[in-house]
Formats: sequence, structure tokens, C-alpha cells
Amino acid sequence: MTIAEMNFLQRMLYILQHYGSSLLKGAATTMAIAIICTLLGCIIGFAVGLVQTTEPHKKDGIIKRGILKVVKLILTAYVEVFRGTPMMLQAAFIYYGMSQLFGINLGMWSAAIIIVSINTGAYMAETVRGGILSVDPGQSEGARAIGMSHFQTMMLVILPQALRNIMPQIGNNLIINIKDTCVLSIIGTVELFFTFKSISGALYTYFEAATVTMIIYFILTFVCSRILRYVETKMDGPSNFDLATTDTLAFTSGLTRYDAKKGGTF
Amino acid sequence: MDEILKIEHLVKTFGTNEVLRDIDFTVSKGDVISIIGSSGSGKSTLLRCINMLEDATGGKILFHGKDILKGEVDEDKYRTKVGMVFQSFNLFNNYTVLDNCMIGQTHVLKRSKEEAREKALEYLSKVGMAQYIKAKPRQLSGGQKQRVAIARALAMDPEVLLFDEPTSALDPEMVGEVLDVMKNLAESGMTMLVVTHEMAFARDVSKRVIYMADGRIEEDDKPEIIFTSPKSPRTRDFLSRFNAKA
Repeated sequence: MTIAEMNFLQRMLYILQHYGSSLLKGAATTMAIAIICTLLGCIIGFAVGLVQTTEPHKKDGIIKRGILKVVKLILTAYVEVFRGTPMMLQAAFIYYGMSQLFGINLGMWSAAIIIVSINTGAYMAETVRGGILSVDPGQSEGARAIGMSHFQTMMLVILPQALRNIMPQIGNNLIINIKDTCVLSIIGTVELFFTFKSISGALYTYFEAATVTMIIYFILTFVCSRILRYVETKMDGPSNFDLATTDTLAFTSGLTRYDAKKGGTF
Repeated sequence: MDEILKIEHLVKTFGTNEVLRDIDFTVSKGDVISIIGSSGSGKSTLLRCINMLEDATGGKILFHGKDILKGEVDEDKYRTKVGMVFQSFNLFNNYTVLDNCMIGQTHVLKRSKEEAREKALEYLSKVGMAQYIKAKPRQLSGGQKQRVAIARALAMDPEVLLFDEPTSALDPEMVGEVLDVMKNLAESGMTMLVVTHEMAFARDVSKRVIYMADGRIEEDDKPEIIFTSPKSPRTRDFLSRFNAKA
């Protein structure tokens, strides 16, 4: 039986039998790029978002203030440019630009990872900035009031809360990345969409190949979104708590006492 | 008396708005000072200036003779010595009750985990919250949060504790439990500076009462005198309104 004689289901089965392994490989590449780039993008985003929410200290000199201002300006430009242009063009721009201007031939993987990470980073920077601003200012006052430095306040109190607040957005970015890696086919990255194009090109069965590929994309994104939802509930911790029923004082009574010289203890 | 804080000619302006005008007073060891006055009189701003959460515009804040506004004392170190309890509690939402009381000790004072835990538990049981060490702030009532916040501040072994309207966000039932804790603290010899609208606390617990109006200290005296025979007519006026309400 030739392809032309098959019905819809038979063609889908045929694609799975003959191209199953290429599809799986493509899916694996897509997932690897999406996960790695979302993580790298988060790191870039946190770094940029942190700098952008840093206010100069009142004791900082004019040079430090100047540097901060210039760095902020550069980062804003980065965010605006990469949010404001299509990733497909960015891919072409960086991939071909690197080889034409600097003679650097980026490999398929490094090109893919650089482009998607930088792009995700630009979006994440704004998300992180929003996440930091959404944390109640009282939290940082509470931290400063017990003597924490700006850095400690950020690392111990503000960022963990900001991270929790932006988890849904990080999940969003991962899912967008799973789908948007398809634009990398323009520079020849063999990911899921590239595989779809090869199959449909070889067999002339666009509809069936598209159906199969869409189902695979959907499974990937759906599983990811469920896993992320689970991680979010884990981050929230249990909604109940146990009362400490054993006598917590048993360990401590009589160990510390009022020190009249030091003061403070009672 | 052992002088801890000396405030001299303190001025704070927001734009053209003068919030604090020429504030002068001293805090000595063991003092329990209530700062009273109507809203907008600059009480909270005064406390926030003392803890450097606001930058004072002029004047001096001397901590054991060193001017903190000139940076003669390290800002973060100074804050461990001058603790603060907020109206809105400001417990760290991402930590349990126990961790809230430990994190400053371990990260700022560099105490060992065991020592920090012991201290935290000691103060948490003093404020009656030792049972709740595993709870997160969102699982507590306002009064419970404020008691944990007091324990957190105490765990740093401060020399002075600043209270910024600690009971103003609480319902009447919870006000009592927090005031009890503060009363015990005062009796144990803690040096406290309390901005409050709880006149009974100011009258019965504090050793000195400062009445503020329009960014100035109108009167600074023993509670017996302020509440029975105030010298300033403005104080008298303010307290008569309070007495009429009570």
C-alpha cells in the first residue's frame, strides 16, 4: 500500500513507525533547548532585574552613581531591543552576523542556546523586576531593622518571595520556549518543528504530520505545566502546621539569663 | 544614668513639609518612654529616623556619644542594637516562626544554629508563641504575629527596642495580649521607646511620656504629671479628648 492509498489514521501510523525516532529526537532537542534556555534566561533575568531595582545608596559617590546609571541604561536597551524584535530575526541576525562580521561559526546548539536564553532573559528581567516590586516594602524594612545588609535582605527575604510570585510566569516562559524553539529551524536546528518539515516534505502528508507533531507539542507543554503547578504547591508548603507539643522550654530554661551589663535580655 | 541615645536638634522635612522640628531628648538605660500625640504629629517619623529607615534632614542622633547620622557607627551594626517592632509586623513571609527569630542571629550576628535556636525558643516562649514555631506568618493572627515580631527583635539582644504603634493594626482583643508582653518587657528592665495610642499603657507602664504636636516635643515628663497636671495647654487639650472617649 502506498501513502496515497492510505487513510488518515494509517498515514499517522506510518509516520510514527518510520519517523518515530526522528520525532522523539526532535522533541528531546526541543525540550533540552527550552529547559536550558529557560533556566539561563531566569539567571539573566534575575541579574538584570536585581540591578534595575537597585537604588543608589545615599553615601555612594558620584562615580558609583554614574556607573549604576550607565549599566541600567545598557540593560534597559537590551530588554527593549530583545523584547521588541521577533526571535526568528534575532536568530538569523546573531547566527549569520557572527559568521559574517567576526568569522565565528556558532554551532547549532550554541547558537540556539544563546539566542533563546538572551531572548528569555529580556522577558524575565521585566518579570523579576515586577516580582521584586510586588513584595511588600515592609519585608525589606523588617530585614533592615534587624541589621541585614542590602544584599542579605535581597537574598534571604525579597528574592525567595519574588521567585514564588513569578513562578507562574516562569512556567509561562518555559511553555512559550517549548513552542518558540520552532523558529530556530531558520538556522537549521533539528528540533521538533524541523523534523515536521522534513517529514511533510518527504511524504507530502502535511495534515497528518502536523497532527502528530501538534500532539507531541501539546503533551510536552501540558506535562510541563502540570509539573510546574505541582512545584508551586510544594513551594507554598503545607497549609496546616503542627503545634510543637513537646515542651520547647525544656531545652532552654535556665540556659540564658538576664545579663545586666549587656542589657536587652529579660 | 547610662545614656544610650541622645537626640539633638533633629529635623526632618519631606520637601517643604517640616515633619520634625528641633527634637531633643535622651534615652537612658532602662527607660520606658511612651510617645503620644495625634496622627501626623511626627511620632512615627521620629522612630523611623532613629532607626535610619528615614534619613534625618538635620541634627544629631548620638548612640553612646557617636553620631549615627555622620556614619560614625556602622549602620547595620547599629540596627542590631536598636531593634524595631512595626505596626504591620513585617514578619518574613517566606520563613516559619522559628526561622524568623533565627535568621537575623545566624546571618547578621553569626551565631551558631544551636545558640540561635535556643535564644529564639527562649524568647518565643516568653511571648507565649513557642508552640507555633512551625507555623508560617500567614497562618497566625495579628496579635500572634506581633508577639513573634517582638521575639524576633529581642533575639538580637538589642539595647533599645523601638515600637511603632505596635497595637494599632489589631482588634481590641489582641491588643491586650501584645500589651501584656510589652508590660512584662518593661518590668524586666528593657529600654523601650513606644509610639502608641494606648493611653492606659502610656500612663501605667511607661516611666516617661513624651507628648508631640506639629513635629515638636510639647511636653516630656513623668506619666503622673502628664496625665494629671500637664503644663502645656495643648497636652491638656489632647488628653481631655482622650479622657472624654474613655
